Amino acid sequence: MAKSSTASKSKSSPKKTARQPAAPKTPRPIDFTKEQELKAYRDMLMIRRFEEKAGQLYGMGFIGGFCHLYIGQEAVVTGMQSALIEGDQVITAYRDHGHMLACDMDPKGVMAELTGRQGGYSRGKGGSMHMFSKEKNFYGGHGIVGAQVSLGTGIAFNNNYRENGNVCCTYFGDGASNQGQVYESFNMAKLWSLPVIYIIENNRYAMGTSVTRSSALTDFSRRGCSFNIPGIEVDGMDVRAVQAAGELAADWCRSGKGPIILDMQTYRYRGHSMSDPAKYRTKDEVQKMRAENDPIERVKQRVMQKKWADEDELKAIDKDIRAVVADAAEFAQNDPEPDPAELYTDILLPVAPMTVEA
Amino acid sequence: MATEILMPALSPTMEEGTLSKWLVKEGDDVAAGDVIAEIETDKATMEVEAVDEGKVGRISVAEGTEGVKVNTVIAVLVEEGESADDVAVNTTPADEQLSSSEKTEAPVQEAGSAASAPAAPAAAIADDPDIPSGTEMISTTVREALRDAMAEEMRSDDRVFVMGEEVAEYQGAYKITQGLLDEFGAKRVIDTPITEHGFAGIGVGAAMAGLRPIVEFMTFNFAMQAIDQIVNSAAKTLYMSGGQMGAPMVFRGPNGAAARVGAQHSQCYAAWYGHIPGLKVVAPYGAADAKGLLKAAIRDPNPVIFLENEIMYGQSFDVPKMDDFVLPIGKARIQKEGSDVTLVSFGIGMKYAIEAGAALAELGIDAEIIDLRTIRPLDMETVITSIKKTNRCITIEEGFPQSGIGAEIGMQIMQQAFDYLDAPVLRVTGKDVPMPYAANLEKLALPSVDEVVQAARSVTYK
Repeated sequence: MAKSSTASKSKSSPKKTARQPAAPKTPRPIDFTKEQELKAYRDMLMIRRFEEKAGQLYGMGFIGGFCHLYIGQEAVVTGMQSALIEGDQVITAYRDHGHMLACDMDPKGVMAELTGRQGGYSRGKGGSMHMFSKEKNFYGGHGIVGAQVSLGTGIAFNNNYRENGNVCCTYFGDGASNQGQVYESFNMAKLWSLPVIYIIENNRYAMGTSVTRSSALTDFSRRGCSFNIPGIEVDGMDVRAVQAAGELAADWCRSGKGPIILDMQTYRYRGHSMSDPAKYRTKDEVQKMRAENDPIERVKQRVMQKKWADEDELKAIDKDIRAVVADAAEFAQNDPEPDPAELYTDILLPVAPMTVEA
Repeated sequence: MATEILMPALSPTMEEGTLSKWLVKEGDDVAAGDVIAEIETDKATMEVEAVDEGKVGRISVAEGTEGVKVNTVIAVLVEEGESADDVAVNTTPADEQLSSSEKTEAPVQEAGSAASAPAAPAAAIADDPDIPSGTEMISTTVREALRDAMAEEMRSDDRVFVMGEEVAEYQGAYKITQGLLDEFGAKRVIDTPITEHGFAGIGVGAAMAGLRPIVEFMTFNFAMQAIDQIVNSAAKTLYMSGGQMGAPMVFRGPNGAAARVGAQHSQCYAAWYGHIPGLKVVAPYGAADAKGLLKAAIRDPNPVIFLENEIMYGQSFDVPKMDDFVLPIGKARIQKEGSDVTLVSFGIGMKYAIEAGAALAELGIDAEIIDLRTIRPLDMETVITSIKKTNRCITIEEGFPQSGIGAEIGMQIMQQAFDYLDAPVLRVTGKDVPMPYAANLEKLALPSVDEVVQAARSVTYK
């Protein structure tokens, strides 16, 4: 055996060194205008305040089950959403409240779903992890780690089939990146040139397991190498960098080049879920990230530096947002639970009557 | 306005905990998100964050206090110019207070009561359409009938496409998709890599976005790789989205034992999928049912599991020559009327039932034979009506006995027609063993006509 392999080695001349697919480079962060900065500030702050309130309602027992907060990662969805056009779709796993708000879903409907009330997006039947809005092209909200990657690839298949020019933003975490179906999907997405942006929200911890303990290859931008899918690393704590990468990725997909991976370097401040005391990392690590890299604080600093708004104006924005979130929380606490008859609705759709022609 | 900080719950089951440490003192300024205290339960320690900015006006529960009930006010934040003295602090849990502004209740532990779940509504299912007299009957194999069903539906609805391993250029591993690539092209007849989990998920995603996929599994044994996408994504999305989106699609392919292919390629999944709300499960026997039901499955706005059988593919049956022959999903068919005992089966199990029916006739036992055709929704009405006439029932299936289709039917008969029974319901099933390879053992593992005959004789006491 050894002999023959030596022989074949000398015979086969093509170089077999693994190389990075011809990837676009990480683009420079966009120079935001005043309007862009203030919009990003508002959108990210909305997510943060919403999540803080959700955490509070969970602590009070209004929200049950699992509740995964997005605090710290706000720049990712906010920047990506700014790069999309009408009709583009979004799908993610269960840390999904931020994605829904970024998709312009009504905070009242989202919060009421968290509390399991009839005014929730799924009429109380989905909960924090399973929420959808057909109107806003938000395809969930999925509780099975990695399943949304195949589903998002299928949504992109639909875009390709209908030639509608849309892309599907498929979000997943560093944890899901080790699921088999992710790579099955990568393969078919590239094979069929599907317009899908794979956004890996690398927040460094899959529940309590750090990427270095879970992943043989921790550079997630290279996870598409075997399928010739390019990937770029992005500062996921800088909304301008995210939007620049999002625009590049959307152009890539829309021009028919197939899928692309964005490795978003981000961080969640809270535990994996509400019941996670987060003992797998130090307080200093969290504190350092908050102090030096907070996505909202970074916008705030730039805005103040350029004198596009002063402290009072930013406080006014915060006040507006608090009012919206307080309204949502009020609604979510007072809205009735679903009617008992809802137990048996939405299981199967009725079938259209048959017509028979001879 | 002052903000009360409440003792939080770390999980829905937590009722009280220890306030182990304060990280701030009265008079300190805090910002939203600052860690102000640590609480502890027997399972975990967790930080309490300030939900708002302000000055710590009062700490109402001292550090080290044990047994602090969830929702007790532990501190009060005040805004500039306010004093904690302006705020009346009530240290009982907030949800026990009945002030007019706080009359909402957290419905935490009520789910368990389930005092009165409403009854499941019954869905009306249409009868088979009449076939006009004089309609020509064409002898057709099950294979051709399935192909024709797909081709007809693909002609009438361009959202319908078929994907799976070897469905296009190879013309189908079992030639069910023969000719479809030529007629519809590679855009709509799609060869996938060998990657069931992945392509099933892609199919579900495409369906959620509005297409009508037909996902072919080379056999349903391989669909176990994809069962998460079928059950957790396809079946449940309509419910979880409050009716906003679902997965209108068909998963089809051969199910059950073929011949001499051993344990991993010989299993009936009717009971597996029959267990899941949100799915429809169809298992036809003859070619006409295969065609009419597959057309219905493709049109159905819900996910349909369509269980075929490799052994049946080459067998011929009469199929009415009609432009659009569609049958209702959810309706059993009486294959043969009889008065002494009811034989209930589906799919290839009908072979045993029909042959046993003939053998029983020679013994003077008049069996009524019911072909379920659909496993979910299960047409128990037809079965119960028959039991009320024959007072006896034998179920026949190739699947394993425990928690099988026969187990379900027997249970439902007991609930709905116990007083009509003159004998216990018996079931003839595959044996409770993995499928062996050796020819003699394989034969023993499968049901047999003789077992059906013996069961029928035993319940008719003949």
